[in-house]
Amino acid sequence: MTDKFQNYNFAYLDEQTKRMIRRSLLKAIAIPGYQVPFASREMPMPYGWGTGGVQLTAACLTPGDKIKVIDQGADDTTNAVSIRKFFEKTAGIKTTFKTNQADIIQTRHRIPEEPLVDGQIIVFQVPIPEPLRFLEPRESETRKMHALSEYGLMHVKLYEDISIHGHISTSYAYPVKVEGRYVMDPSPIPKFDNPKLSKSAALQLFGAGREQRIYALPPYTSVTSLDFEDFPFSRLRAQGNCALCGATESYLDEIITNDKGTRSYICSDTDYCNSRTELGHLGNGLDEVES
Amino acid sequence: MSPILEVEGLEKKYGNQAGCLDINLVLYPGEVLGVVGESGSGKSTMLNCISGQLLPEKGTVKFNSPSKGLVDIWSISNADQRFLARKEWAFVHQNPRDGLRMDISAGGNIGERLMSIGNRHYGQIRKAAEEWMERIELNAERIDHRPTTFSGGMQQRLQIARSLVTNPPLIFMDEPTGGLDVSVQARLLDLIRQLVHDLGLATILVTHDLAVIRMLADRILVMQKGRIVESGLADQVLDDPQHPYSQLLVTSVLRV
Repeated sequence: MTDKFQNYNFAYLDEQTKRMIRRSLLKAIAIPGYQVPFASREMPMPYGWGTGGVQLTAACLTPGDKIKVIDQGADDTTNAVSIRKFFEKTAGIKTTFKTNQADIIQTRHRIPEEPLVDGQIIVFQVPIPEPLRFLEPRESETRKMHALSEYGLMHVKLYEDISIHGHISTSYAYPVKVEGRYVMDPSPIPKFDNPKLSKSAALQLFGAGREQRIYALPPYTSVTSLDFEDFPFSRLRAQGNCALCGATESYLDEIITNDKGTRSYICSDTDYCNSRTELGHLGNGLDEVES
Repeated sequence: MSPILEVEGLEKKYGNQAGCLDINLVLYPGEVLGVVGESGSGKSTMLNCISGQLLPEKGTVKFNSPSKGLVDIWSISNADQRFLARKEWAFVHQNPRDGLRMDISAGGNIGERLMSIGNRHYGQIRKAAEEWMERIELNAERIDHRPTTFSGGMQQRLQIARSLVTNPPLIFMDEPTGGLDVSVQARLLDLIRQLVHDLGLATILVTHDLAVIRMLADRILVMQKGRIVESGLADQVLDDPQHPYSQLLVTSVLRV
């Protein structure tokens, strides 16, 4: 009886498929923010679980690489665990929780707090790559709008936000403009992370499996968040410190700690939080905080 | 004064069927040109060809653009043509649902063209939207309501405001009063007449309704089977039609 994974090629996808994806990747990197179609494959996981991201990671992976997988900033949530196991099994590569030790980081909905460095690749899982989708349902029309840089409609959405809520209430998947040209959906990352997209040292890749689109930001690409002159872009962060590590700058998750609705905040980036606790930083603790 | 629009030898066929044939017309700034004819006579085809929505097979459409000078709208780039369609002419559809975004508030609808030509100041856009709401006699308090909550007549007025917010010198209207009851129709006509007069809009107005033409138009084209069969001053054509088809049209109007 042979090893039951012997029949898999390295990182699950066959080499022809990887070549196809790499060709699309090269095009995506050459035209930052442009959505390149690719022949997305069926993956052994449902759409919405990161099939696009998994294919990009598989296409970029080499046997010596270490990968980190996060879901909403956490290394230990279902989506992250299953994708990490998938690559352990099909590629036999090492995995890590440490942002600074990873060669490839696959992420759902967050960018790590620790700044990324030269040589790293971050792969985003994207549900809907088309930022104009809910404003203009015709794909033929949105493509034309991208081609001709007609992005006024994107501001109509922000206008609606302000007219209803008094401020730009879009808090995730906040539209950005890449190098003054293409408007791009940065995947559903919180707008807190938007500034990290710009001038990042890492290569940033975006994969949408169901929608069969790839787009990318080469290192040190300038990315600006759309806004109005009188309503400039602002980051959004919960008012509070991390209950575990006391961080004052990181993006926080809200946690309801009892039936009375007492709430507390902890870092959404678990690796960042753990590294800080290891260094001796301490928060107020989860139980002692009263609302 | 030089014309704002000059159409020469325009032709569009659908297979062997005539869409519109051998269309020649000249429109001067501030002039209202009415186009009448039965269903299928090519009125809408002609209007779509002139307004950049349907590619004609022959002929030229020269538009005297305030920003780009005299251009043939079918030989400039797609990007330029779409820019002109957003900024320098307007199109009012018969059904306001075709011209409005129904899931965007009234203010957003009015502001869209401003944003699409590069205005990025919320306060200014909001102010322009409020001014236009008043101008078209809609309650400015309803600026954040969606068009779905408006009546047909209100939607039609909103569509007009939305298309005029960038101060285009030229407007195309395809049956703007169709499907409205007579009292609403009268109010809308009154509004259109006032706007056309105040803003000095050159207008091409397509309609079945000779009363609308009588009220708004300076000149008339009568179309039949894709061709212009008669043209002249509005009162002249309506009071003394020469072509048999024009005579039929004028005599078949119901009187109360």
